[in-house]
Amino acid sequence: MQLRTLFHAILRLGKALQLTWQHFVRSIKARNHTNTPIYLQQEGSSITLQYPHEQLSVPSRGRYKLHNDIEDCIVCDKCAKICPVDCIEIEAIPAPDVFGVTSNGMKKRIHAAKFDIDMAKCCFCGLCTTVCPTECLTMTPEYDFSVFDVLEHNVSFANMSELEIIEKKQVWDAHVANKKMLAE
Amino acid sequence: MLVAVYVERKLAAFIQDRLGPMEVGYKGSLQTLADLLKLLKKEVIIPQASHKKLFILAPIWILVTVIAGFAVLPINSAWLGAPTSIGLLFLLAMLSLKIIGILLAGWASNNKFARLGALRATAQFLSYEIPLGLSVLCVIVVCRNVDLSIISFQQGLDTYNIYKDSIQTSYLLGIKGLDISHIGGFFTWNIFRMPCLIVAYAIFFLTSLAVSNKIPFDLSESESELIAGYHTEYSGIYWAWIMVSEYSVLFLMSIFGAILFWGGWNTPLPNIGSLKLALYTNGHPNTYAGSIWAFFWLFTKALLFVLIQLWIKWTFPRLRSDQLIRLCWLYLIPLGLGCLLVSLWWQLLIL
Repeated sequence: MQLRTLFHAILRLGKALQLTWQHFVRSIKARNHTNTPIYLQQEGSSITLQYPHEQLSVPSRGRYKLHNDIEDCIVCDKCAKICPVDCIEIEAIPAPDVFGVTSNGMKKRIHAAKFDIDMAKCCFCGLCTTVCPTECLTMTPEYDFSVFDVLEHNVSFANMSELEIIEKKQVWDAHVANKKMLAE
Repeated sequence: MLVAVYVERKLAAFIQDRLGPMEVGYKGSLQTLADLLKLLKKEVIIPQASHKKLFILAPIWILVTVIAGFAVLPINSAWLGAPTSIGLLFLLAMLSLKIIGILLAGWASNNKFARLGALRATAQFLSYEIPLGLSVLCVIVVCRNVDLSIISFQQGLDTYNIYKDSIQTSYLLGIKGLDISHIGGFFTWNIFRMPCLIVAYAIFFLTSLAVSNKIPFDLSESESELIAGYHTEYSGIYWAWIMVSEYSVLFLMSIFGAILFWGGWNTPLPNIGSLKLALYTNGHPNTYAGSIWAFFWLFTKALLFVLIQLWIKWTFPRLRSDQLIRLCWLYLIPLGLGCLLVSLWWQLLIL
């Protein structure tokens, strides 16, 4: 009886060693994460992803970091209004006349003095891209935008210089004053 | 040493479906070196309530005794270690002295976890020391010598011997008439020369796990209960010394086991008729070829045993303190005594 239990114990210890050996052998087999279409099914048992060196491929229509193509933007402020977390800040300067046309044929009447998206606040809901009439505001597949300072998350898309802003403001003010005079 | 730590980390990682160190060097091969450098420049914190002199002495003591054990190991026929005729006893003595360092470390730390760890280590030591001694005694009986280099020479070809006079002929499986001194290979290893040494080796292997404080016998460390056991309070380079000595013991016991039971530096390939494989793969003593072959075989065996010990470490859970003491006193000591008697009787038969 005693010998039998001893025999069984040794057999079970051998089973345990066999199990760990199997895992060892399976782990040794190298596998490639980067180009596997099914993300969590790899050969070998280890599923560790060595992140900065190897990255899982992201769908080309991934919805991560926001991007605004400012040349196509008509500064309608719809995105800032619908944003549930208020992460888009826009400062608009109206122009007296149409000064450009977007790629889908809409007329540009407002200059964007400031178009900031704070990615630290963004909740990636995608509502702003849905309401955008010119489809200039899009979500890109770029998901790794970690920074050292949290303020760097505030991405600025406006491309007007200080001088231009003052100039455009003066133009608009003059236009308004002119209109007022005409009305009187 | 550094290789052993790296191998252990990788092995553990693979067994647990991880990758292990990957960043420093090729596949993380320099990680241990980086860790060692980090430990070198770390602050050594000595607790205020500790016995400061003993606290510093303990890791040095542990390291020195373990490294001293390496002094008597015959690495190859040209490099026989310290010229002592009692190398085996010296090694056992050094392994026993190590425990004093552990006890010092635990006591000087003035920390209940460290003290409990040291007490457990001592209890463990008292239990495993006797079976270890008995299993080694079986080898002494078979070889009739306590010089590790002569024990190594005995397990090879007779033409390989430079101590022909002090050595008896080798018989396969201890059967008189099966003279295999000129065949060599694995036939002349102790474990094949005397079948009852297989039991002795089983005892030796279990106790060597206990000596190197490895799971399933790492009672003195047991992270889950005692934080880190006797070296809880150590930091920086002192901690590194304790760790280095722990891995050295693992390596020391593997080489020791290879020399005592598995033929030391001798090749596993026997001479077959005119095909003198044993001679080809072991060379002649005191030649370059002989030295390199001997080094190669000894370290291959030792690393294999290190791997097996680590494999066991990452497979099994820890034994309870009383289970270990019970195992040693109730089962291993009677088994060792029986094995000793059988090998004595067998030696008398083939005398």
